[in-house]
Amino acid sequence: MILVLLILIPLLTGILSFSINGNGAKNLALLSTLATLVLSVCLSCTAGTESSYFNVPWIPNLGTSFSLIGDGMSSMLCLMTGIVMLVVMIVNRNKEVEKPGSFYGLMLLAQAGLMGVFLAYDALVFYVFWELALIPVYFLCSQWGGEKRIPATFKFFVYTFVGSLMMLAGLIYLSTQTPGINSYSWPSIAHAGASLPPAQQVWLFCLIFVAFAIKMPIFPFHTWQPDTYEQSPTPVTIILSALMVKMGMFGVLRWLFPVLPAGVAYWGNTVVVLSIIGIIYASLIAIVQADIKRLLAYSSIAHMGLMCAAAFSPSNTGIHGIMVQMFNHGINITGMWVIVSMIENRWGTRDMTKMGGMATSAPQMAIALLIISFASIGLPLTNGFVGEFMLFTGLFQSASIYHIGFMVVAALGVILGAVYTLNMVQKVAYGNTREQVINKDLDVNEYIGLAIIIAIIIFLGVYPKPLLDLTAGVVNTLIH
Amino acid sequence: MTQLVYLIPLFPLIGFLINGLGWRTIPKTAAGIIGSLAILASFVVSVGIFFEVNSPSFHGPVLVHLFDFIQTGKLYIPFTFQVDALSTLFLLIITGVGFLIHVYSTSYMHHDEGMVKYFAFLNLFVFSMLLLVLGANYLVMFIGWEGVGLCSYLLIGFWFKNRDYTNAAKKAFVMNRIGDLGFLVGMMMILFNYGTLSYGEFFGKLGTVPGALGENTYNWIAVCLFIGAIGKSAQIPLYTWLPDAMAGPTPVSALIHAATMVTAGIYMIARSSVLYNLAPFTLHIVAIIGLATAIFAATVAIKQYDIKKVLAYSTVSQLGFMFLALGVGAYTTAVFHVMTHAFFKALLFLGSGSVIHAMGGEQDIRLMGGLGKKMRITQITFLIGCLAISGIPGFSGFFSKDEILAATYAHDPILYYMALAAAMMTAFYMFRLYFLTFTGKFRGTHDQEHHLHESPSAMTIPLIVLAILSVVGGYVGLPAVISEHHALASYLSPVVSNAGEHHMAAGTEWLLMGLSSGLSVVMIIYAFTANKVPSFVPNTGLAKLLENKWYVDEIYDAVIVRPLAALSGLLDKFVEKSGIDGIVNGVGKGVRYGSDRIRMLQTGQVGFYIFVMVLGIVALFAITFFGVKL
Repeated sequence: MILVLLILIPLLTGILSFSINGNGAKNLALLSTLATLVLSVCLSCTAGTESSYFNVPWIPNLGTSFSLIGDGMSSMLCLMTGIVMLVVMIVNRNKEVEKPGSFYGLMLLAQAGLMGVFLAYDALVFYVFWELALIPVYFLCSQWGGEKRIPATFKFFVYTFVGSLMMLAGLIYLSTQTPGINSYSWPSIAHAGASLPPAQQVWLFCLIFVAFAIKMPIFPFHTWQPDTYEQSPTPVTIILSALMVKMGMFGVLRWLFPVLPAGVAYWGNTVVVLSIIGIIYASLIAIVQADIKRLLAYSSIAHMGLMCAAAFSPSNTGIHGIMVQMFNHGINITGMWVIVSMIENRWGTRDMTKMGGMATSAPQMAIALLIISFASIGLPLTNGFVGEFMLFTGLFQSASIYHIGFMVVAALGVILGAVYTLNMVQKVAYGNTREQVINKDLDVNEYIGLAIIIAIIIFLGVYPKPLLDLTAGVVNTLIH
Repeated sequence: MTQLVYLIPLFPLIGFLINGLGWRTIPKTAAGIIGSLAILASFVVSVGIFFEVNSPSFHGPVLVHLFDFIQTGKLYIPFTFQVDALSTLFLLIITGVGFLIHVYSTSYMHHDEGMVKYFAFLNLFVFSMLLLVLGANYLVMFIGWEGVGLCSYLLIGFWFKNRDYTNAAKKAFVMNRIGDLGFLVGMMMILFNYGTLSYGEFFGKLGTVPGALGENTYNWIAVCLFIGAIGKSAQIPLYTWLPDAMAGPTPVSALIHAATMVTAGIYMIARSSVLYNLAPFTLHIVAIIGLATAIFAATVAIKQYDIKKVLAYSTVSQLGFMFLALGVGAYTTAVFHVMTHAFFKALLFLGSGSVIHAMGGEQDIRLMGGLGKKMRITQITFLIGCLAISGIPGFSGFFSKDEILAATYAHDPILYYMALAAAMMTAFYMFRLYFLTFTGKFRGTHDQEHHLHESPSAMTIPLIVLAILSVVGGYVGLPAVISEHHALASYLSPVVSNAGEHHMAAGTEWLLMGLSSGLSVVMIIYAFTANKVPSFVPNTGLAKLLENKWYVDEIYDAVIVRPLAALSGLLDKFVEKSGIDGIVNGVGKGVRYGSDRIRMLQTGQVGFYIFVMVLGIVALFAITFFGVKL
């Protein structure tokens, strides 16, 4: 029952929100995300040891039923979504936004879509939620975005939509291959896919993977991302970068690995090479960005590249590392964006060459920035390190003959990451205070939001066991 | 007592949390007291543990398991501490010297508005350093390893309004990260080949399990770990961050960039002595890099005018000596020099802090002179430090440095002569510094001369204690010709196994000792005659080259930094914007162009539509009935 509620609560409150205006919408959104988070926590308490399922008939003629699964991976991702959405709602409590009813309604609908994607145990349900998550985000960007929002969001929409359609084609083909009547349920799709001859798996892989590669995004499918991040309002950027990119990674793990093993084996090295090129390429480009949002966009590409590289050179440690890193990346990048939006509000610019002196004018904010920055470059005893270490170990231990080369080149990203992140910290926080700066440090809501983020950063950095235990079971099912 | 070892890092952690969370409310004096007491408490526990470890009843390392850190499949890395002779010795050095520097800082930093923050960072540093030496596996060492890098970053850039300082902080962190990559790869290799990162299990398997690459496995792992040590301990080619690190407050230079953090690389290799003994090729590299660094840094120190820069290059050079000792397999000797160096280098840095304090921030030794008259305690303690580092008999540096030279001679006489040359340069530049600073006539402004004064007792007492240690610290390791019993070597022997003991004739040993001390005295006299009055004439030729540190920073800038930035710019402008995104947009435009053509089909004439519809239906029938299967 929890599984359905996780989708229903944001869905219903989201629809309800369109008819409310003013602060009511904010309060409703806050309550809704809080309720969802509580449920995610409940789910995560048991999901590590035992998966829960939900199943009602939906469109029997098509062979699809409304089927959900709450295992370690999906509950971990729901938990992350719950935390991130709550933080977004908290820090935006005293920000004014036009038409709050629609804004928060769309945010909640996007959350419902995300939850559905992570919980789906039926290919068609997966596809429907995949699109349901995309559409509200499209409207959010195009209504509340920056100056160049129309071309940016148009590109984003077309790009990801093309990917989705290819995925749908692939999934439909798979369902026709299921024994007996067509079925979209995960077990039959996985069985059908895995029993296909390798040659078919190879081209099916292309169809389905493109959708995920665009979403993550993997080099060279990434160019929609910096523009979209730059043009979106920051709460939406958080949904995009903390949550929606995980849809791609999650899709790979649930809907590609068990389904098309021969396709994965065939394309594995190619994807790893692309991912590693992406790490170095995106890190280098991040070094020369002056716009802080674009810098974070490229850093996110580098981070996702590492996860994807570890996914396609599979090892127990690497896959487990992806679980940890998906969660932690979501938390850390949310913290980053929260601070970036404060900077944008107070300084009135995103150009780092025009910033400076935050450590003097807003010391609390600077401390938070510093902690989150070091978490994002994987300093030990922050959550970023655990995942990164496991990913590197996984890359190194994989069966590929180039495993050492892969690991070493990917790890060069660690050095470049330190370069661009510390450059950013230096430009934003250090130096003399610029004139005409609003010297306002964190307000209560911002303080609470960032405190949640930092508490998770430190706790999971020192004691990652709860997260590891939650996802250990899933890893075993994926690796065989 | 050893079970209480977790208290040692806990106290500084608590100190950090108190000062770190209360940075706006805690008064400065209280912050200093909290910070210092935390380290004192750790020191007391360390002393207790030392007596237990040093007693005959102590057998083998004690492992204290705290919690499971990473556990997945076959990979299991616990958060465990290891108490043995080596870690305990480092505990004493870190908390002992650390405490003195904290006390000194309460006075030195008292006028700084960021004093509470300063003590928070300093406590955090000690915490990280303690993790580094206490860890029972390489991952816990790595946690401390990167942690000290973080604190070093925070403290170098302590005065964050100055762009040069924050640049120096960034440079230190990034260069350390380059080394850390080596450490990381080394850990990966150990995990891959031996499935564990725990010292005990790893060393146990080393001789019996050859690893994937056979004998070469040892060398590969050893080289990778050594790259980590190069970064942290500032050896060629990753040393350039350390002189820049002098941007931080002077007590920080004493603690982090001289006495403790930079010796982490020595600790790591001494800790891994079992591995390095199996990797003789790597030991050669260690020796050569150490020796090259010792000589190179000494040449630069000769022509520096900033009092802290001289000491910085001297630190790099002394670290080179330690790596030389490791490279010739004399691990205990290297650890011995770590200890004596911690005493006299902390002393010298704190002394220089006292001088800078008195001079109102001036650091150019050409503008000092004659300070001894006004600052007697600083002068005498500084002199003791100089004598110790120059290896004058009776002072601690003599014993440890002489042991390094003797071990080097036994290994290879050619290396010995080169090391001797570096040692001679040490005596010269240290006494050049001493004479220019403390003797002769004062060369600063009248205003500065008026303000000259001895530092308060919170600063001079640590100087005195360190001066005493700089003298007596050497007597734990007497040369073989004087005493059969080498206290430190026998203390460390259960943990650290030297590669081959060299016994040389007593005559040879006396000769080597005489040679090095005699030459040192000659160099001191030469330094005295050559540096009565400094020259303000711009240097030319070799001297200019040395003054500008062989232009290494400029070379790195031209060869690595600029090309990388140019490449980034190129990728951003051309590959990303015009290339990949150009193609994507091109596809979009292509589709639009195609659509424009196809739009022509939409003629608006119903007849045409019906015609197309019929065609479509026919086609569908054809496919269905004539078995064109997908």
